[in-house]
Order: sequence, then C-alpha cells, then structure tokens
Amino acid sequence: MSLVRNAFNYHQNWQQAWRSPEPKREYDVIIVGAGGHGLATAYYLAKEHGVTNVAVLEKGWLGGGNTGRNTTIIRSNYLRDESAAIYDHALKLYEGLSQELNYNIMFSQRGVLNLAHNLHDLRELSRRVNAIRLNGIDSEILTTEQVKAMVPIMNTSPHSRYPVLGASLQRRGGTARHDAVAWGFARGADARGVDIIQNCEVTGIKRNGAGVEGVQTSRGFIEAKKIGVVAAGHSSVLADMVGLRLPIESHPLQALVSEPIKPVLDVVVMSTAVHVYVSQSDKGELVIGAGIDSYNSYAQRGSFQVVQHQISALLELFPIFSRLRMLRQWGGIVDVCPDASPIISKAPIKGLYFNCGWGTGGFKATPGSGWVFAYTIAQDRPHRLNEPYNLERFSTAYLIDEHGAAAVAH
Amino acid sequence: MLLIKCPWCGDRDEHEFSHGGEAHIVRPKDPEKLTDDQWADYLFMRKNPKGAHLERWVHAHGCRRWFNVERDTVTHAITAVYKMNETPPRRSRT
Ligand SMILES: Cc1cc2nc3c(=O)[nH]c(=O)nc-3n(C[C@H](O)[C@H](O)[C@H](O)COP(=O)(O)OP(=O)(O)OC[C@H]3O[C@@H](n4cnc5c(N)ncnc54)[C@H](O)[C@@H]3O)c2cc1C
Ligand SMILES: [Zn+2]
Repeated sequence: MSLVRNAFNYHQNWQQAWRSPEPKREYDVIIVGAGGHGLATAYYLAKEHGVTNVAVLEKGWLGGGNTGRNTTIIRSNYLRDESAAIYDHALKLYEGLSQELNYNIMFSQRGVLNLAHNLHDLRELSRRVNAIRLNGIDSEILTTEQVKAMVPIMNTSPHSRYPVLGASLQRRGGTARHDAVAWGFARGADARGVDIIQNCEVTGIKRNGAGVEGVQTSRGFIEAKKIGVVAAGHSSVLADMVGLRLPIESHPLQALVSEPIKPVLDVVVMSTAVHVYVSQSDKGELVIGAGIDSYNSYAQRGSFQVVQHQISALLELFPIFSRLRMLRQWGGIVDVCPDASPIISKAPIKGLYFNCGWGTGGFKATPGSGWVFAYTIAQDRPHRLNEPYNLERFSTAYLIDEHGAAAVAH
Repeated sequence: MLLIKCPWCGDRDEHEFSHGGEAHIVRPKDPEKLTDDQWADYLFMRKNPKGAHLERWVHAHGCRRWFNVERDTVTHAITAVYKMNETPPRRSRT
C-alpha cells in the first residue's frame, strides 16, 4: 500500500530511517567511520552497555566504504582457534540479526564451497576441516561427484585446467545484503539515541597528556574522552594523526556483477588457488570478487588486468558464463594486516581504540566485531574474544596467521 | 594498468613488474640490540601514506633489477624513478 502511495509521490515522502542531527559539542564516545563495524559498535554500545551519548562520524555516506562494496560472503571456517572463536561469534549473531534489528538483512545460509584443485589443496582442506570441527564449527569435505551434484554448471572434468578434486563445505555460511546490515545497525543505534553524522570528516585527533580530548572535523571540533577508530582502508591516516604507526597497508580490491540471469547457482563457490569467488544474488546477478592490486592505493579503483585474470579463471570453472555481460565493476580500499587478522585493540594512548586490519574479509565479522569493540570501549579492556587481536602482538610475535589458512580472502 | 619506466629498459606495462613495498627500510645493523618494539617496527609497521609513496619495484619479467619509484597512492601518478642506491627526490618526505 505505502509502496503504491509513495510511487505517486516520486518516492519523496518515505519516513527517515534515522535522524541527521547536528553534532553536539561533546560525546562520551566518538566512533570514526560509519561502516558496518562502526555502526555495529555504536549499536552494541547503546544496547549492551547503556552508553548512548555516542556519535558516529562519517566522511561520506554511511555504508559507502567497504561495507557497501563487498561480495557479502559470510562463513566462519577459519583455521586458528582465535579466528574460529570470533568469526563464529559473528556468524551466530548474523543468524539472529534480522530479528534483533527488526530489519531484513536477507541472510541466506546457502552454504560456502571452497574448492581443491590439486592433492595439496585437498590435504590442506581436510586438515582445516578437522581443525574447524574440533572448534565445534560445521564443516565437511565433499568429493568431486558431490560438488558436481551441488553445482551442475561447474566444469569438473579431470582434463580441465583447474580440475576439481573435492571441496570443503560450510553449510551455515552464505551471504547477506550488505547495505541492509549497515542500515539496520544505523536505525537501531539511532533509535537508542546515537547521533550518526554523515559528511563529517575527522581531520585531527586532539591529545591531552596521556589521553585524548576530541576530534577536529570538517564540521568543527567535537569533544570526547573515548575515540574508537573504525576506518578500514584509512586507518593509517587516522593513526598518523597521533603519530602512531600501524602494520597496515591499503590496497584496492575489486568486485563486479553480471546482468541478471535465471537461478543457476544456489551456493557460494570460492577457489583459493585460482582466486574465484562467485555467488548469485536474489536478483539473479552473479556477484564476482577479484583479487587485490599489489600496490598501495587509496583510489577506490583497481586495475583492469586484475579483473581480466579473475574472469579467465572464472570461465575455466564455469564455461557457461562465457556469454554473460558484466553490468558494474567497482573497488574498495582494504586494510591489509601482515598476519591477515584484524586489530581490535586499545591504542597506547588512553581513550583511543582501533578496530582495523580486516582487509579483504571483514564483512562476515561485522556484528561480532562491533560487539567486542563496544565491550572494549565501554570497559576499557578487551573482551576474551578480541584479547588476542591486540596491537602488541606484532612485538610479542603472537601472530594469528590466517594467510592461506583462511582460504585466502573474504 | 600502470606504465612504469624501468631505469634500464624504459617504459613497460605494469604486469612485467612486481611491487616490493615501502622503500628505504634498512635492516638494522645490530638486531640483537633492539627492543621487541623496535624490531616489530622494522618488520611490520608501515607508513602507508595517502599521497606520495616511495616504493620498490622489480622488473621481474624483464631485466629483473630492482629500483625505487615515487608514486601517488590516490592518483597513481608516478612522479619519480630512481635507482636503489640513490636518494629520493627532494620534495618527498622520507
Ligand atoms: C570488493 C570487496 C569485496 C569484499 N568481499 C568480502 C566478502 O565477500 N566477505 C567479507 O567478509 N568481507 C569482504 N570484504 C571486506 C569487507 O568489505 C570489509 O572488511 C568490511 O566491510 C569493513 O567494514 P568497516 O565498517 O570496517 O569498513 P568500511 O565500510 O570501509 O567503513 C569505514 C568508514 O570509515 C570512513 N572514514 C574513513 N576515514 C574517515 C575520516 N577521516 N573521518 C570520517 N570517516 C572516515 C569511510 O568513509 C568508511 O565509510 C570485501 C571488500 C571489498 C572491497
Ligand atoms: Zn628492466
């Protein structure tokens, strides 16, 4: 009914899902960056810790960073115990998130396949599946025939360039609507009193002795004794404002979608070895993720040859896609950490907290990351789940090495 | 795709090269004298600037030699190419 009514009004009178308040002079907590992680942090600060005098400052529009640019793959089949704990915490939150937020995030647990193309891949996958199951997370190994039965359009011929020797499957994995995750958290946070301030770029962080005093922004100075930085690809820029060095480098990561077609693929397919990630959206488009450009960049666009490489691998696996046209292609700036694990940590400066380093795979962690970061800020100490993800691990060498182990990215 | 001017071979397509990360990171002479934090800084911490970046490239599918490049990380424009033992162009901060 309202759809029809609003259609006649050129869709100008839909009610607002959140306010657009003027910034106050002072907040208890300022969150820098209104991506999914920042918004989830604000939501859980208000909901779990009763901290509602919170502002989320965003230089562009909310969800316009990597949150609105990713290929939306969600899974928790990580090798390390620390990773299993935090990613599965996030997955469990996802399982109830539409209810929790009263907002349909279109979470679809259609299963995630990780392919093995040679014997080594297969052994590595089997080892990982066993480790994952020991952590109580669902995971199983499929044979070539089982993969073919699940994805009939895949080229599983032993003569293909990338023969499929088997796969691991996490049935609880899948996809969700990325914008809806940001919008749902934004609406929920706003309803609890959080101010979400868009078009407000943080240009400086003011220190006060051992602590922080507030942030300089494109809309004036705003006071806060606690500042949580959740700026993904721009984390180093924010850290530089207080002379802090991070082990992070920013790289472009691209994705593309095809024209919509009838349903042909009802599971997410990933291949580490040949860098293919593909799923089919509810609209029928194929959503395809590419690799990162090797060089540092803040340009939010990647190179053509990366896409070319990506598509050639995709067509080897799915010859049926060869006549498809691609509709859109874009890039995000991902914050890559040397051990491919995030930093969710207090900074050496009192009242300053960093949540970054999610690189190519943080969408799946959004609710869990916000949940532990809210705890860390409210209590001024890490939760058990993010304790290992401290900044000191680069000095203590207690790295959480997920390179390769995590089936690369995403 | 970037067009990179190898100091020995001239202008070539980016895919002939490999990116070697931030330039001018020198291995400390006495690693055993460093604190863990100093060692971590050498191993892991990076400038990652938004703007001019001094970085190493290797002409992997050409002459296989290393050299330095100053490149803007927002526009991708290459503003200087210089050899490994040379000092960076003066306008960049190091
Ligand atoms: C192409 C692509 C595909 C991906 N695919 C997957 C996938 O399939 N599965 C998965 O789990 N992950 C994936 N990822 C990674 C995932 O998108 C990110 O890890 C995650 O979304 C990060 O969320 P965030 O909220 O931390 O960052 P963002 O959403 O980037 O939010 C950070 C915000 O901070 C703002 N900001 C920056 N600087 C300032 C400043 N000075 N002042 C104010 N605001 C500032 C930015 O504008 C931005 O909105 C992918 C990423 C890309 C780019
Ligand atoms: Zn050369």
